[in-house]
Amino acid sequence: MTFRARHLLGIEPLSPPEIVSLLDLAETYVAFNRRTVKHSDALEGLTQINMFFEPSTRTQSSFELAGKRLGADVMNMAMAQSSLTKGETLIDTALTLNAMRPDLLVVRHQDSGAVNLLASKVDCAVINAGDGRHEHPTQALLDALTIRRAKGRLQRLTIAICGDIAHSRVARSNLILLGKMENRLRLVGPATLMPAGAADLGCEVYEDMREGLAGADVVMMLRLQKERMDGGFIPSAREYFHRWGLDAEKLACAKPDAIVMHPGPMNRGVEIDGTIADDINRSVIQDQVEMGVAVRMAAMDLLARNLRAERGARAAEESIDV
Amino acid sequence: MNLHFINARLIDPEAQTDAIGSLAVADGVIVADAPEGAATIDCGGKCLAPGLIDWGVKIGEPGERHKESLRSAAAAAVAGGVTTIIARPDTLPPIDSPEALEFATRRAAEVSARVRHQAALTRGREGAEMVEMAFLSDAGAIAFTDGVRVTTNTRLLSRAMTYARGIGALIVGHPQDADLSRGASATSGKFASLYGLAAVSTMAERMGLERDLALVELTGARWHADQITAACALPAIERARTAGLDVSFGTSIHHLTLNEFDVGDYRTFFRFTPPLRSEDDRVAMIEAVADGRIDVIGSFHTPQDEESKRLPFAAAAPGAVGLETLLPAAMRLYHQGGLSLPQLWRAMSLNPARRLGLPGGRLTAGAPADLVLFDPDAPFILDRFTLRSKSKNTPFDGARMEGRVLGTWVGGAQVYAHE
Repeated sequence: MTFRARHLLGIEPLSPPEIVSLLDLAETYVAFNRRTVKHSDALEGLTQINMFFEPSTRTQSSFELAGKRLGADVMNMAMAQSSLTKGETLIDTALTLNAMRPDLLVVRHQDSGAVNLLASKVDCAVINAGDGRHEHPTQALLDALTIRRAKGRLQRLTIAICGDIAHSRVARSNLILLGKMENRLRLVGPATLMPAGAADLGCEVYEDMREGLAGADVVMMLRLQKERMDGGFIPSAREYFHRWGLDAEKLACAKPDAIVMHPGPMNRGVEIDGTIADDINRSVIQDQVEMGVAVRMAAMDLLARNLRAERGARAAEESIDV
Repeated sequence: MNLHFINARLIDPEAQTDAIGSLAVADGVIVADAPEGAATIDCGGKCLAPGLIDWGVKIGEPGERHKESLRSAAAAAVAGGVTTIIARPDTLPPIDSPEALEFATRRAAEVSARVRHQAALTRGREGAEMVEMAFLSDAGAIAFTDGVRVTTNTRLLSRAMTYARGIGALIVGHPQDADLSRGASATSGKFASLYGLAAVSTMAERMGLERDLALVELTGARWHADQITAACALPAIERARTAGLDVSFGTSIHHLTLNEFDVGDYRTFFRFTPPLRSEDDRVAMIEAVADGRIDVIGSFHTPQDEESKRLPFAAAAPGAVGLETLLPAAMRLYHQGGLSLPQLWRAMSLNPARRLGLPGGRLTAGAPADLVLFDPDAPFILDRFTLRSKSKNTPFDGARMEGRVLGTWVGGAQVYAHE
């Protein structure tokens, strides 16, 4: 195994061999999860705390399931009701948590960089489950695994990431990961939802959906947040769907065997037509959910191995000192 | 109908020429050679030019048909040599949805002049939410503007400009600092002080323009300023052009031909938005049109009924009708030597066509046969009650003018003939 990181805070610090290594291990967990008995003792004796400062159902339950299948003691902390609402700072919360001696912290936070801040204050391994508009590394890894399984490779593909790019941590992590793997990347969406300097991110930028999808192997749709629609970045949901919503006619511009992805939850009839989302020949959206558990198991397994190795080395040093 | 205009003084804004010649029309389009059997029209040495394209016309439909209907506006237009009306969206309700635009477009198809609609930039022109710009563009909206209701929400305006850039739409701005100009009915200066009118500095125009141009630079939007009327705004125009921004600039015929002293004894027909400027500003605007810094001249036709004008100056509704007086008023500039006829037609016909992507505004083969035949020297005294507009609010009432429209053709069909 080449994966040596202590935390998984983003895709940015990972090398291509580390990514491949993680995906290879995740592949074994896919088979493992399809077994009748799904229990391993990889995280036996370790405590995993899921801290979600922002609402999440899919990601949180995916991490919870992953930890339990690996034998960890899993605790979910509902941060909305936590002492943070009573005025405690994030750092104080981290220190308090640290005193409880967890081994794995899974953190989602609405502010970019908050997970990095927390990781710098605790002794355990931290996994970023999404921070603001910054990164969502396990989502990018599960997307990569889904693509690799569907297309047979993770290189030299034309991948169109479509929709609300500007606010998407999923898009950012995917851009980095898929870019490291030497794919041809395209960003497609209205100019108002395109981050400034998008063209400098090593990808092609399209405002026309049909042009952006032309010849694509992978069509990755992003959620458009309905709360941003009124008077914000786009005039209306109906205009958005007309121009940038994925329907059969626009999908026909992509390659005939192009796969359709979506990180969920979906707004049917806004960014994606329901029939496309449900088309088992094109949509891999359910596969993404399955890969999510496997990828998170692999990530936690690798981090736990590194954590144990680090603690073992430290204990050995301490015994020499004595 | 195939036509052959002979013995005409052809005003060609593309070639910037003014010379005697002939012009042929076949099936509504200008052609190189007269088709056989074409009806010959001897112009008697009078001027034949592309029909005017008047950018920024208010029509009272829907909501204020008592002030102006599409039918009366079109009648006034063709009598004034205007073959294409670029209508404003400040109707009641405003044209801010594809449905409203479709209604207006359907009604406009029944009249003698061509009518293209601008749509509002924000819903209800309230500056809070952008309109469905892509649907409106698909439905035929030619540009987007909230008119004189300046969008003060800079974030919204920035997003609207970004969105417009994405779909290739043109935004029309009204350069004015809304806070500074609130409540003003005159331009700051000696005249306004003596008359005791609430006034605004021309600096408000420059400030509004500078803000909008900064947003254009930020977003890369296609942008047009409806009315530049102040000399202090001109350096910003020059900077924007040097920077290569996709911008154009317009002004109004009233600001080119009248100044603040014309208000005289608080005559409300001279109440405009922005208010009439100093003579120095007026002369500077003429020079800017002549050298191309300002691209477009429009009438900003704004019909107001008697009740809206029979009020104290500051309380009276601003604006004047202009469709029928645009051409004779422009002749003042020609006779004074400020602008040649080709220069005027560049600003009143060719440039608006180019900026709005319309095929007209030129005399070249392939262009639609939208034409005006006029006598630039014919004198008359304007009687506002002879105007075809439903509203009669013109500052030129009783004025000595020169320049008569003799005939107007739209798509090769004669839609007006002077009796």
